[in-house]
Amino acid sequence: MTKAISVAGLHKSFGTTHALDGLDLEVEAGEVHGFLGPNGSGKSTTIRVLLGLLRADSGTARMLDMDPWTDAVELHRRVAYVPGDVTLWRNLSGGEVIDLYGRLHDGGRARRGGRGGGRAGGLDPARRADLIERFELDPTKKGRTYSKGNRQKVALVAAFASDVDVLILDEPTSGLDPLMEEVFQKCVREERDRGRTILLSSHILSEVEELCDRVSIIRKGRTVESGTLADLRHLTRTSVTAELTGPPNGLASLPGVHELDVQDAGVRHDGVRCKVRFQADSDKLNAVLRSLTDSGVRSLTSTPPTLEELFLRHYQDDVRADDRADGSEETVTR
Amino acid sequence: MTVTTTPAPAPAPGAFAARAGGSRPLAGTGTLLRFALRRDRVMMPLWIGVTALMVLSLPASLKSVYGTPAERAVLAQQMLANNSLRATYGPVFSDSLGGLTAWRIGVYAGILAAVMSLIVVVRHTRDEEESGRQELVSAAMVGRRAPLTAALLAALVANGVLALIVTGGLAGQGAAGALALGLAIGATGMVFATMAAIVAQLTESGRLAKGLTGALIGAAFVLRAAGDSATDDGSSALTWISPLGWLENLRAFADERWWVLLLFAAAVAAQGAAAYVLAGRRDVGMSFLPTRPGPATGRLGTAGALAWRLQRGAVLGWSLGFLAAGAAFGGITKGAADLVGSNAKTREIIERMGGQAGLTDAFLAAMVNMLGMVAALYVVSSVLRLHGEETSQRAEPLLAAAVGRLRWAGGHLVLAFGGTVVVMLLGGLGLALGYGAEYGAILGACLVQVPAVWTLGGLAVLLYGLSPRLAPGAWAAAGLALLLGWIGPALKIPQAVLDLSPFGHLPRLPGGTMTWTPVLVLTAIAAALTAAGLACLRRRDLAT
Repeated sequence: MTKAISVAGLHKSFGTTHALDGLDLEVEAGEVHGFLGPNGSGKSTTIRVLLGLLRADSGTARMLDMDPWTDAVELHRRVAYVPGDVTLWRNLSGGEVIDLYGRLHDGGRARRGGRGGGRAGGLDPARRADLIERFELDPTKKGRTYSKGNRQKVALVAAFASDVDVLILDEPTSGLDPLMEEVFQKCVREERDRGRTILLSSHILSEVEELCDRVSIIRKGRTVESGTLADLRHLTRTSVTAELTGPPNGLASLPGVHELDVQDAGVRHDGVRCKVRFQADSDKLNAVLRSLTDSGVRSLTSTPPTLEELFLRHYQDDVRADDRADGSEETVTR
Repeated sequence: MTVTTTPAPAPAPGAFAARAGGSRPLAGTGTLLRFALRRDRVMMPLWIGVTALMVLSLPASLKSVYGTPAERAVLAQQMLANNSLRATYGPVFSDSLGGLTAWRIGVYAGILAAVMSLIVVVRHTRDEEESGRQELVSAAMVGRRAPLTAALLAALVANGVLALIVTGGLAGQGAAGALALGLAIGATGMVFATMAAIVAQLTESGRLAKGLTGALIGAAFVLRAAGDSATDDGSSALTWISPLGWLENLRAFADERWWVLLLFAAAVAAQGAAAYVLAGRRDVGMSFLPTRPGPATGRLGTAGALAWRLQRGAVLGWSLGFLAAGAAFGGITKGAADLVGSNAKTREIIERMGGQAGLTDAFLAAMVNMLGMVAALYVVSSVLRLHGEETSQRAEPLLAAAVGRLRWAGGHLVLAFGGTVVVMLLGGLGLALGYGAEYGAILGACLVQVPAVWTLGGLAVLLYGLSPRLAPGAWAAAGLALLLGWIGPALKIPQAVLDLSPFGHLPRLPGGTMTWTPVLVLTAIAAALTAAGLACLRRRDLAT
């Protein structure tokens, strides 16, 4: 598989703020890639560099094997973008804006007599009508009368209806209701099935978990994790609760067991002696389970880590580190 | 760390009742007013300062040209006798220095106060609602009527300060007259502030509210001009309909008619009340002139077509405005020609306005020059559309589509620079039609102004290209050029300073000799500035 987006060691500062601090990002062609990070971690800055709107201080960024800064126009024919905060022209209707973006993406090709002779405004009319219906968008309203969610729908319809290779979606669903969120997810899957590459920046983790083949988690302008969800889960812990018929001998000393909590159940008629609750490193799970069966398992629940936990673990490390750093001052001010 | 929770003290029943009782429609007005004044802390003092400077500099410059009371009496007599000049400045009620000051500048200072007031009021009412910021503010401890009240109070503060400065600055010419002129100018501002408050309830767009109120100011000027052209004592009904007519009919420095202030007060009260009633009958963000739906599909396909779509209203408005202003100036010039052509004093006035020998030609040249300087405001506003598109984030998705920065900017710049030619030609056409002769010479003279306008446009492109933060500086440059051209000669500012304005280098046409050098040099400068600006724009980060 070839890389659709390839970013290495990207740096970008705004004055004294270091927005990107050696960021890496690899997106395979044809995958849906989740781009996760807390607010201000540099997601939008990365996207703006990829779109040639900002110029990186150092590092490399390539999209579809082109340089986003020097080949901007040629590259943008094959890329559609949905910003997180869509602003429209107040006196243009939603339909006009959709067709404008459609022509701006495809107009060059259509004029050169390429494909799609019967297209209305660079967009496939059937696809355009279908998307407008599915997103329940009224295309006759003027820009200033749309709500945030509806402005986002305008941008989403324009992007999904365009004939492009890469879709860059920057928190595209922050204004959508749950029904529309479902329509959005369906559209993303359809786009992936057509072989398009999608970079989805989001902090709605269920959405990412639902849609993405691979994710990159960034923090303070740097990539901290990248891989498939399965890969990432291996790096973290599974929560285990078990009822045992014997004492949990040796469990506490096993490597990979954390936050062990043993409750003595007394003498119960079903033979359960105690209840254990702990976190196990996913790669040590095998040894841990063997130790449990030695003690006699009556019941067992194990919960795989959610993306939330993954995300929070990185984020909380950050918060804790900050707390430690600021701790002394805080006690004084409090 | 342990967290201890202390139970919140139960609110006293009385305190709760006091808060629940009454919606307190004016809650938060003080905070909003301070906030409004803080947001206007540059624009307001600058506007007040320039307006006050224009008024306060006049007695000295009048005195330097008309040194003796006898000369001033002749001037007053002649100005009063000519209906074109009455239409321009109003009737002369007194030949004292103060009286001549009120005659020469009163109406124009009133217009400047009116424009400032409408900007302040719309900026803090409709603009806020349109941007959605008002919702956030209204959700706080802010009463239903507080935003409108704060906006009107901000306008009151601005007009009050202006009135105070004019009164204090002219007190040497007669305390009563100075007070009357100061109050008349400030009250005119408040009449249009409350008028803007009504219009802001009617439209959904702040830009439209400003445009409509501006048109109402224009209408007030035309009514007053028509009335004054018909009578020489301001007694025409047309003059009395216009708030600008009230301003002159207060007769500052000429046996003041204080009761005219009651007209201002009644208008402010009635319009203010109407604005509150309308504001109380609508929802936040809504208006009485709702937006109609647009087409479901669009034909726009290029960045250039989009630029035309966004700017065509402005181009049309400026074109019609220039045609009308040109026709009015032309008509006045025709009247000026009827004036005793041999009178030295009159000619001197006209010459001071920037003309050369040959009375009507001098007048026409001054008018052409004035059109050029006003066109500089067009070119700056048109170039800075780029700035507005970028900072509102609307440019971002366009540039993320297959549109290069140069093509995107080019669409707007064609309209800015091409529009300048169109607007100047229509102004010239109006002037020639109103004057009824010299079509070729007048149109040619208007085209000669274009390179100077372009130079300011080029400067705007450069500033914008360097950084979006510098872009508004182009307004200061255009304002400075206008100021130097309009009142610079009267203030006897050194030539080196006057030379800063590109307009100062142009040949005085019609009437003077055409010289190509400044025209070509200014065109080259404009082209170089534009190219440099575009080169910077290509290289810099977009505002995010």
